[in-house]
Amino acid sequence: MKTSQNLSSRLLSQRIGFSVLTGMTLLTVIPVVLTIVYIVIQGAPAVSWEFITAMPYDGMRAGGIWPAIVGTFYLTLGTALFAVPVGIGAAIYLAEYAPDNRATRLIRLAIINLAGIPSVVYGLFGLGLFVLFLRLGTSILAGSLTLAIMTLPIIISTAEEALRSVPQPFRVVSISLGGTRWQTIRKIVLPQALPGILTGVILGLGRAAGETAPILFTVAAFFLPSLPNSPLDATMALPYHLFVISTQVPGMPIEIQYGTALVLVAFVLIMNLIAAAIRSRARARRQW
Amino acid sequence: MKAIEIKNLTVHYSDGTESLRNITLEIQANAINVLFGPAGGGKSTLLRTLNRLNDLADVTHLEGQVLLDGENILDPMADVIALRRQVGMVFARPVVLPFSIRQNLTYGLELAGETRKSALHEAVERSLQQAALWDEVKDRLDDPAVALSGGQQQRLCLARVLALQPEVILLDEPTSGLDPLSTGKVEESLQKLKEEYTIVLVPHSVQQAARTADYAAFFLQGELVEYGIGNQIFTHPVNQQTEDYVTGRFG
Repeated sequence: MKTSQNLSSRLLSQRIGFSVLTGMTLLTVIPVVLTIVYIVIQGAPAVSWEFITAMPYDGMRAGGIWPAIVGTFYLTLGTALFAVPVGIGAAIYLAEYAPDNRATRLIRLAIINLAGIPSVVYGLFGLGLFVLFLRLGTSILAGSLTLAIMTLPIIISTAEEALRSVPQPFRVVSISLGGTRWQTIRKIVLPQALPGILTGVILGLGRAAGETAPILFTVAAFFLPSLPNSPLDATMALPYHLFVISTQVPGMPIEIQYGTALVLVAFVLIMNLIAAAIRSRARARRQW
Repeated sequence: MKAIEIKNLTVHYSDGTESLRNITLEIQANAINVLFGPAGGGKSTLLRTLNRLNDLADVTHLEGQVLLDGENILDPMADVIALRRQVGMVFARPVVLPFSIRQNLTYGLELAGETRKSALHEAVERSLQQAALWDEVKDRLDDPAVALSGGQQQRLCLARVLALQPEVILLDEPTSGLDPLSTGKVEESLQKLKEEYTIVLVPHSVQQAARTADYAAFFLQGELVEYGIGNQIFTHPVNQQTEDYVTGRFG
């Protein structure tokens, strides 16, 4: 029968369609899994308590990566210190106060473009503005500021999204009960949007922690046998350290390279997991 | 006695939807004042003008006066925050804030700077009693307000307004989403509340208008067609259009 033939061929093409889509989805997962598995297999033997907590020696071919871990921690903290207040402040302005006019659209366009700038350009910009012009030198301060600018668009756009997703009627009710706009934001909108904002903050900081190019010219030291003492000191950092020991040091044991990569990936992954946990907890508790 | 005097009020929105043309109307104190008519007539616009919630909307043209206690609340220098505490609003869809039942009720007072536990507690009990909700929720005041049924939520919204002890209560189709039982409870509360408060109600049906109105105003396409004592409007309307509407010939 002609119709049933039609039907079976339609079913067949549907099945093919599903298979192709499933395959494509798997394709996106495979590289992630493979990368992580490969890094774990190659790097795990090198990772030990000593590897994490000891100073490197013998031209970084032996010892640990403690200064790089500390450096990345300080840089992430410094980035948060600058990017979080500015980013959330800007998001509140854009979501709650900004009128819909050309100036606002221009600001939005700038933020979107900020997100599209290659990270090495941020590095150069940081070198020019913070290191040289503001005379901060290659320092944690200069590196944090550079990373903060790079992180801002992520924080602003996720925070704005989180603020906008708080239902409008809450604001109207609050204002109808004699609330000012700021009271409404502080008592209702911000607390409700906080999990979403935090998620964006952590994802942004996770990215900042793993970036190499922006810290290349602004903070990262090739090799420093001591920990930084002040925000104006240079420091080692995990991503740059990985670059250095992978390309610049002859006779580098391969486990140390992969061990370093493993620590860096774990650092970023843990941050992402925290973000995911916050998000799912908030979703379960949400009352709207 | 008149509570609010509306003089030559004209309102236009930028998108050209529902507007009001040259409305002059007196809202009577200690009575249920019903604003009724087909959708798009300007009833909600009028309500939202009475506590300046229209400030949030895109109003392009505003003219005339609204006098409350002799003062023009449309004056740009008027204290809008104080006005909104004086003129409370209950919306068509019950919107409970994402807090506990208790916090929903104390929210407005806390915004106004009230911190005394005793005063807050007193307001919670009094307002819930007035909204006929106390018996149902007195044992679970710290539960999330969203756990309440739709009818209870709407009575909580009414109680939330009452907690501020306003002079005037505006209700915009407060029972449109409720079952007949809950609707009855809300209407019953309003009958008691009018002894202490001035009530302006946009009903969700002509029947509700007729049941509740002490005074009624019929709005059609932004104009006030007829205004008077409730009984008369619904039994012997003067205007032909009013008669056609209340007898169900259109609308």
